[in-house]
Amino acid sequence: MIDTNAEIGTLDHSENGQALLQLKDLHVWYELKKFGFGHAGYVRAVDNVSFDLGQGEAIACVGESGCGKSSLMKTILGLNIPTKGEVIFDDTPLSQTKGEDLRHYRSKIGYIQQDPFGALPPFMTIERILEEPLIINGIKDKEERRRRIEKILEEVKLTPVNEVLPKFPHMLSGGQQQRVVIARAMIMEPKLLVADEPVSMLDASVRVEVLRLLRKLQETHNLAVLYITHDLSTVRYFSEYIFVMYAGEIVEFAKMEDLLDDSRHPYTHALLEASSDPNADNALVQREIPKGEPPSLVKPPTGCRFHPRCSHFMSGLCDVKAPPNIEVSPRHLVACWLYDENRGHAV
Amino acid sequence: MEKQNDLVLKVRNLRLHFNTRSGPVQAVDGVDFDLRKNEATVIIGESGCGKSSLAKAILRLLPRNAGTYDGEIWLHDMNIMNMDSETYRKEIRWKRISMVPQAAMNALNPVMKIGDQVSEPAIIHMNMTHEEATKAAVRMLEHVGVPIDFLHRYSFELSGGMRQRSALAMALVTLPDVVILDEPTSALDVLTQASIMNLMKRMKKDLETSFILITHDIATSSELADNVAVMYAGQVVEVSDSRRFFTKPLHPYSHALMASVPRLRETIEPEFISGQPPSLLNPPMGCRFKDRCPKRFEKCDEEPPTVLVDGDRKVKCWLYV
Repeated sequence: MIDTNAEIGTLDHSENGQALLQLKDLHVWYELKKFGFGHAGYVRAVDNVSFDLGQGEAIACVGESGCGKSSLMKTILGLNIPTKGEVIFDDTPLSQTKGEDLRHYRSKIGYIQQDPFGALPPFMTIERILEEPLIINGIKDKEERRRRIEKILEEVKLTPVNEVLPKFPHMLSGGQQQRVVIARAMIMEPKLLVADEPVSMLDASVRVEVLRLLRKLQETHNLAVLYITHDLSTVRYFSEYIFVMYAGEIVEFAKMEDLLDDSRHPYTHALLEASSDPNADNALVQREIPKGEPPSLVKPPTGCRFHPRCSHFMSGLCDVKAPPNIEVSPRHLVACWLYDENRGHAV
Repeated sequence: MEKQNDLVLKVRNLRLHFNTRSGPVQAVDGVDFDLRKNEATVIIGESGCGKSSLAKAILRLLPRNAGTYDGEIWLHDMNIMNMDSETYRKEIRWKRISMVPQAAMNALNPVMKIGDQVSEPAIIHMNMTHEEATKAAVRMLEHVGVPIDFLHRYSFELSGGMRQRSALAMALVTLPDVVILDEPTSALDVLTQASIMNLMKRMKKDLETSFILITHDIATSSELADNVAVMYAGQVVEVSDSRRFFTKPLHPYSHALMASVPRLRETIEPEFISGQPPSLLNPPMGCRFKDRCPKRFEKCDEEPPTVLVDGDRKVKCWLYV
């Protein structure tokens, strides 16, 4: 819904050349079948999403389950084929990448899974887990492979390396397992890291440690990072930009501080209201939560998709016409009629 | 401040060890805490600190390899540890103390309708007839905000939030004195989590029920807490009322835990706790937190006593002796 591209010109990453990753008007729809072959509509998981991500930048994607963030991620990783629109990574459009090029494409994107224990094969040693991507990507020299594994393990602070290498995943703690996952994502020296809720399965005390490690890797390698999360409180320590997704669309896009301190979209408001800081006063208040649940993506509500739950709902406008992207301040975009000055004439 | 007659549950020196091939695992090792009427005590701790075992110990849902199991659990003025297991099953479990287990929303029976599942505890534990139990279930489902036409639906037709509400209704349908909630919101979305928390705040006020909330999420725990007990390596290291706990924790571990929480509205850089919790097979002598503690001194090699600070706050640390 929000187009952050050149048209508005707010998110111009041209300072350091072309944006590394560009999503243009991306749609990911899954077809529903009736009796196995008849067409029965689409699940519109991602609708009209555009953004740019420059080298060395971190962007956070915030949304609840079912808002399309996983579909978006899988499309960027080259696992889903976009229905419409384009993913451009490193100046090459994904749709024209095939075979050997696709493998090369994937090796330049590191993927950090949510659940480290589920992501690591239980019957492989850490050495084998880290060696596999190197073998697949054609690094034949055994010494070279070993050297790279040792280097990356030291970088994610899994030391002493020689003790870690022969271990199996279950012999490591949750935090250490997540470091192995990060090491595996980093071993091909990617340009982009896609981190899908990297700390949500970890204990509070380790969470910060892993986030800091990611931040450090990003800075030392000048990585672009797409950080996917539902937890707004960790975003502050990580990213320059945030976009909030609701029911397959981006509803708000802003710099991190702008979004957290001056949120505009009613849905972002609700998310912020629902996240708590430790404070004894919390127990005394009832939080204001929008009623209902996220809509079905097969038949999303007309107009603004948040309108059935919104407390600022304007009948005849929000339920009829999809809101435009409004730039409320530089680099701060909201898809909401509340901020449109001539909304009366728009219908 | 302490009103003796309001005390619903009093746990003293509760121990639950598991026998394994390598020796006894001291999952719950001398736990003390209190729970008053219409209040919630939150048990905070990292994974593996024994907080779920504590829930099992209170409800006497012991796995086969349970070893040492002793201490006192006073429900009002009755020590339920002295009951034989049949009386316990008939009189206490679910009737007086019930539980919402971890990931309960995914553990609902897929071939039973929600209405039947919620009324089942009332039939079994309260000897209600089917009709009475259904009425009770309807009342409770209304209370927790599940629409009545969901009575005839199956669990897979419901969203995560609705399933969690149904699990809560199952625990509440017998109107127990105590409900133990084990990580009730950890698998839910932010908004759903907040609305379930809203619901539990209301429940705490409306019903004659007290809650024990077991969680690792400190920020969310503050939504419900009246009292906080911090668990580390099988022991409770601090018990305090929530107001003073969230402003000024006493134990170094509580301090570190609070400092590790990323804040949304403040810009304090969070700190992590280096090192790992000790193995519960052979926990270290003396204070179990000493290896990770920034304030360690010679005394810490001896078992720390539980000291009273500021009147009624309890902390197990040599610093306050």
